[in-house]
Amino acid sequence: MTDTALATQVEVILRDHAGGEGAALPVLHAVQHAFGHIPEAAMALIAPALGLTQAELRGLVTFYPDFRATPAGRHVLKLCRSEACQARGGQALIEAAKARLGVDWHETTPDGAVTLEPSYCLGLCACGPGAMVNGELHAKLDPERLERLLAGLLP
Amino acid sequence: MKVWLPRDAAARALGADAVATALISEAARRGVRLDLVRTGSRGMIWLEPLAEIYTSAGRTAFGPLTPEDVPALFDSPETHPKALGLTEEIPFFKRQTRLTFARVGLIDPLDLAEYETQGGLAGLRRALGLSPPDIVTEVTDSGLRGRGGAGFPTGVKWATVARAPGPRKYIVCNADEGDSGTFADRMLMEGDPFCLIEGMTIAALATGAAQGYCFIRSEYPDAITTMTAAVAIARDAGVLGRSVLDTGQAFDIEIRVGAGAYVCGEETALLNAIEGRRGTVRAKPPLPALQGLFGCPTVVNNVLSLATIPIILSRGAAFYRDFGIGRSRGTMPLQIAGNVRHGGLFETAFGITLGEIVTEIGGGTASGRPVKAVQVGGPLGAWFPPALFDTPLCYEEFGAKEGLVGHAGFVVLDDTADMAAYARFAMEFCAVESCGKCTPCRIGAVRAVETLDRIAAGEAAALPLLRDLCQTMRLGSLCALGGFAPYPVLSALTHFPADFGLNTEAAA
Repeated sequence: MTDTALATQVEVILRDHAGGEGAALPVLHAVQHAFGHIPEAAMALIAPALGLTQAELRGLVTFYPDFRATPAGRHVLKLCRSEACQARGGQALIEAAKARLGVDWHETTPDGAVTLEPSYCLGLCACGPGAMVNGELHAKLDPERLERLLAGLLP
Repeated sequence: MKVWLPRDAAARALGADAVATALISEAARRGVRLDLVRTGSRGMIWLEPLAEIYTSAGRTAFGPLTPEDVPALFDSPETHPKALGLTEEIPFFKRQTRLTFARVGLIDPLDLAEYETQGGLAGLRRALGLSPPDIVTEVTDSGLRGRGGAGFPTGVKWATVARAPGPRKYIVCNADEGDSGTFADRMLMEGDPFCLIEGMTIAALATGAAQGYCFIRSEYPDAITTMTAAVAIARDAGVLGRSVLDTGQAFDIEIRVGAGAYVCGEETALLNAIEGRRGTVRAKPPLPALQGLFGCPTVVNNVLSLATIPIILSRGAAFYRDFGIGRSRGTMPLQIAGNVRHGGLFETAFGITLGEIVTEIGGGTASGRPVKAVQVGGPLGAWFPPALFDTPLCYEEFGAKEGLVGHAGFVVLDDTADMAAYARFAMEFCAVESCGKCTPCRIGAVRAVETLDRIAAGEAAALPLLRDLCQTMRLGSLCALGGFAPYPVLSALTHFPADFGLNTEAAA
């Protein structure tokens, strides 16, 4: 994408949220939705529009785990680490996923297919272990069901 | 054929959409007219996807269903292998007192007319006929305490906001339900969103607020979609907007989406997030009730507190107060989770014992092994061993046992669990999620992980240091994240010293 095209898209997002109270999070969500991350070039436009310094905006992007400074893989797999999922075999599932993908938390497979992220509760505590794949929830996972899920994501 | 099937996120994660597709195609294949209503979940998560079919006797349940089970539903439902009988006769459901969750699972969550037919908007209509102080009195008299975990009397909070001077006031719904083992907020928003909207509107009438925000965590995409749609429907119907139900009073709600920070469930961090700042915790005072969102008087209430308001107004304070024991009045939606046979949502009056919840209602562990411990109230709650199963569900009783009711999540572990690993995880979680504002939490949690590792390596002499650190975190942290993280650690040490390689005397 050219810088001009990016700027146009960011301007539209900023205009949509102009005048709203405390628009920073909605704006950042919209930018991330559009580009898959918060591009450096977008930050330069967002900060003045929100009345923030570049440092303040960077502080926001780095504080919230959802916002990424660099693009994720083509698919994002979030696995729940919380107690309720641990109680139902969550740890074994996590180890299986890390071994299968060859990555640790926050890392992306070398082919760019899958980024692995931890989650600390997806609200599936009575039917864990839970996972989220590209925003879609899966419950009662075990290594075999995870393998089937991953098979659909890996080339 | 009339069928109800949940659109609840847990039911969908267990395959409800595939069951819906199978129902539709099977009906088409047979030329049967299918009236499929997607509802919230009835709360029996171990039976999801649970479909209900209309019969002359009432709604009959089938579950847990797979697409392969669907054709037989059309052939002979009576003899279906997954038939469970009348939904409301299933023991787990029958034993409940459903006040806050009365409509969840029963109706299409986005059908406003059906919401009204089932008792919705009655509380708001009554509130519109009362003076603001009378609404507050009704809430105070009901004995309702904050369901998010702190247990602060809701009426007292509202009275403070109502009296506070300010250019404008806000109603903020805390729907940042990040605690492991809890999912009641999610189920309520996905299953009966108008109930939350009605509760927020009543809060606005009581306190003089014209704008509300509902802050939902990004991990709950279904709740965000349902709430966003419900707010638009309520606005179109004149329930929200410039003139609430044609009374000339304005109130509107905006849905805000979190960005993955657990600490934003703390009310002042949540206010910062809505304002567009880093979700760091603010020192109190000033109380948010006096200087909250954008410095204005603000009601910050949990989803369940607000969703309980309509029934208190429609049935009266005394009706609600008559449930419960001691200073814990009314009902609590319990979330039974983890390694448990019958996991799900169970709403009941305060006073039920922990043992009844885990053993009778939850049916013990899913693995069939003995229960080792139950964590009550989220990742910052204490672990309770079976020896404390006689503790009645009540804010004061749980406090007396060095624990908390919190948001009433119950995470069950069987006897294979290593409590030292869970203690370490609690502090690791605190270190990951700390907002960094106060030193005891930011640095204390990291040092606690290291100290627990030393103990695990056989260095029992590090124990006094851990206790001292926990004491500092409890007393010196700005909010409950650092302040309560010691609960799961100390309770695990007290009740399961052997898991830390310690004998009972060393751990005492």
